[in-house]
Amino acid sequence: MSAIIHGAGAATALSTFNSVDSKKLVAPSRTNLPVRTQKYIVARSDASKKNIGSGLRVRHSQKLIANAVATKEAETSASTGHELLLFEALQEGLEEEMDRDPHVCVMGEDVGHYGGSYKVTKGLADKFGDLRVLDTPICENAFTGMGIGAAMTGLRPVIEGMNMGFLLLAFNQISNNCGMLHYTSGGQFTIPVVIRGPGGVGRQLGAEHSQRLESYFQSIPGIQMVACSTPYNAKGLMKAAIRSENPVILFEHVLLYNLKEKIPDEEYICNLEEAEMVRPGEHITILTYSRMRYHVMQAAKTLVNKGYDPEVIDIRSLKPFDLYTIGNSVKKTHRVLIVEECMRTGGIGASLTAAINENFHDYLDAPVMCLSSQDVPTPYAGTLEEWTVVQPAQIVTAVEQLCK
Amino acid sequence: MALSRLTSRSNTITRPFSAVFSRLISTDTTPITIETSLPFTAHLCDPPSRSVESSSQELLNFFRTMALMRRMEIAADSLYKAKLIRGFCHLYDGQEAVAIGMEAAITKKDAIITAYRDHCIFLGRGGSLHEVFSELMGRQDGCSRGKGGSMHFYKKESSFYGGHGIVGAQVPLGVGIAFAQKYSKEEAVTFAMYGDGAANQGQLFEALNMAALWDLPAILVCENNHYGMGTAEWRAAKSPSYYKRGDYVPGLKVDGMDAFAVKQACKFAKEHALEKGPIILEMDTYRYHGHSMSDPGSTYRTRDEISGVRQERDPIERIKKLVLAHDLATEKELKDMEKEIRKEVDDAIAKAKDCPMPEPSELFTNVYVKGYGTETFGADRKEVKAVFP
Repeated sequence: MSAIIHGAGAATALSTFNSVDSKKLVAPSRTNLPVRTQKYIVARSDASKKNIGSGLRVRHSQKLIANAVATKEAETSASTGHELLLFEALQEGLEEEMDRDPHVCVMGEDVGHYGGSYKVTKGLADKFGDLRVLDTPICENAFTGMGIGAAMTGLRPVIEGMNMGFLLLAFNQISNNCGMLHYTSGGQFTIPVVIRGPGGVGRQLGAEHSQRLESYFQSIPGIQMVACSTPYNAKGLMKAAIRSENPVILFEHVLLYNLKEKIPDEEYICNLEEAEMVRPGEHITILTYSRMRYHVMQAAKTLVNKGYDPEVIDIRSLKPFDLYTIGNSVKKTHRVLIVEECMRTGGIGASLTAAINENFHDYLDAPVMCLSSQDVPTPYAGTLEEWTVVQPAQIVTAVEQLCK
Repeated sequence: MALSRLTSRSNTITRPFSAVFSRLISTDTTPITIETSLPFTAHLCDPPSRSVESSSQELLNFFRTMALMRRMEIAADSLYKAKLIRGFCHLYDGQEAVAIGMEAAITKKDAIITAYRDHCIFLGRGGSLHEVFSELMGRQDGCSRGKGGSMHFYKKESSFYGGHGIVGAQVPLGVGIAFAQKYSKEEAVTFAMYGDGAANQGQLFEALNMAALWDLPAILVCENNHYGMGTAEWRAAKSPSYYKRGDYVPGLKVDGMDAFAVKQACKFAKEHALEKGPIILEMDTYRYHGHSMSDPGSTYRTRDEISGVRQERDPIERIKKLVLAHDLATEKELKDMEKEIRKEVDDAIAKAKDCPMPEPSELFTNVYVKGYGTETFGADRKEVKAVFP
């Protein structure tokens, strides 16, 4: 369940996101935190009688926390922020949640004394003790199961997979127990776990350590999946995921841990089911997430020079898709390009293409194009690895082709 | 009075006519000491004593509850054959002593988690017959609202964590519950039950390693009914001494057809787990039915074997003999009790049959906790649209 809603009236047009300023980042006090009952209405678009389909909703603003959208203007105008790297942002989010709620605990390989293989849990074991930041032996299946069992009793474990690929060993626990227990017990048990870890193609890490698991997990009913891409949304999504009563899988990317950004000092949380508008535009909608966001933004510079105006959306929420934001964008631009790192078959892009085609078919002037990795294991050789990941030049070519 | 060996006493004990039915479940807590029929075999620990403290009330309760469990399972058998229960139905008759003995030794704060042979354990944890039969027949009043089925019984208030279909996956969950009990400093333990087939799963040893490493109050209970589905234990396991399989973790082998031995072992295990960490209990038990209702149960074992166990080691017969030996009831009174139980079960079945099926909107409830207003679609994406509550 999503934790928080943004304060700006959600029904307003997307162009207002551009003008977010720091005044909207409200610092809540503990007593101010919203109650967990959310009201959602399935809203139809005003003009059209067409069946818009899933995901459209108007959210009531409530006692709120901050806006989820981070645009470049917003960050620089928040002069009272602090600069940090993405893994530090994750650590900050985790630490704040552990301070706030004694039920939150961490378990994973090398998270305690070693400080985490990507330093996300650095210092936490010294602060919270060995039981709360638990160094597990190398048994993903069992310690994921252990986290889920603990969650059934009310604890809120954050389970770290040292690399997302290792969580394949825990697939049974994630699929059957994590996703389905709330349903098969008729609502008796909730599983508020967060399963997180780095995935994606790194720098020549080899096939087994460059896996994109979002495509395997996406059909599991009962879980939510989010992918973070900036320090701002990393901290926000981490906090939202921990506070959510549903199991959330938080996908980080190996190559994004050292991104630097200035984030607000006040407490804020991002909405788990919301997409982020990175760059508003008019000509084409580019949907992306995680590391590909940066390739897209790099391509966007070239495209702007060539006279195109792409709208870039970081979808962030991989399950469920934020079809509201995406839909509004499609209605505006009528062209969609999806850029992702998953493999062609059965990836997030494949599902997103299907969802857009079903729901917004009448708004499209061109077929939805999806740029993704090929159906090959990631090779070790640097040049081959570069070819398997979508590069900015390919994005530019694709946009030019779509906008002909 | 202690009996060193259970002998069947003469059943023609004359009773004065003032013996009334209501005397049967007496509140008489005069202590009775009973000797277990077989000694315990221990691995890396000292076995508990063979003398078990009990009372006449407990003895009669054992009989009543076990007879209820047996009757419930037989009734489920008939319902399955009448196609009112579909899918998989794994029956527990023959193994009732394990469920009953365990309940007698622990409180409702101690957690139990088991695999798919969970009907009787659910009953022991406080579930009602109506919930059982409604869930088996997929009705609204079932313990999981009809959405779980035979393999997914849960009762949160009594710390019964189910009810799991995938063999062995419940043991890491059980260790997780024990972890939470240690984390929250509750003085409670977790009994993670599994079978001899599941004992060969890797995740069991992974979980046991962690439990031993952090001294978690987890008790792993192997219900060894000697057959993993259709494979006998000697064909599946190199070492059939499941209580020794923990290597560095102490173990105890218990006669699982003797409810008092089970009670004693569970009591011992609880004390051990709270002080020293995990322990493995191997319950030597037997199931009369096949693995599930789709398995006749006679292709991999002889009918003579089944009837032999039924004659010599049946847990209910054992308790019945004890009850008669201690003059707590007459043969006729026990028969009347069984008739009453039969009626109770039939009434519960009739009531469950009257219960309605779940509403179509129930398809979408409980997928997420207080979800958002996302719509979802059926297979052809045009029908069955609902908004997640």
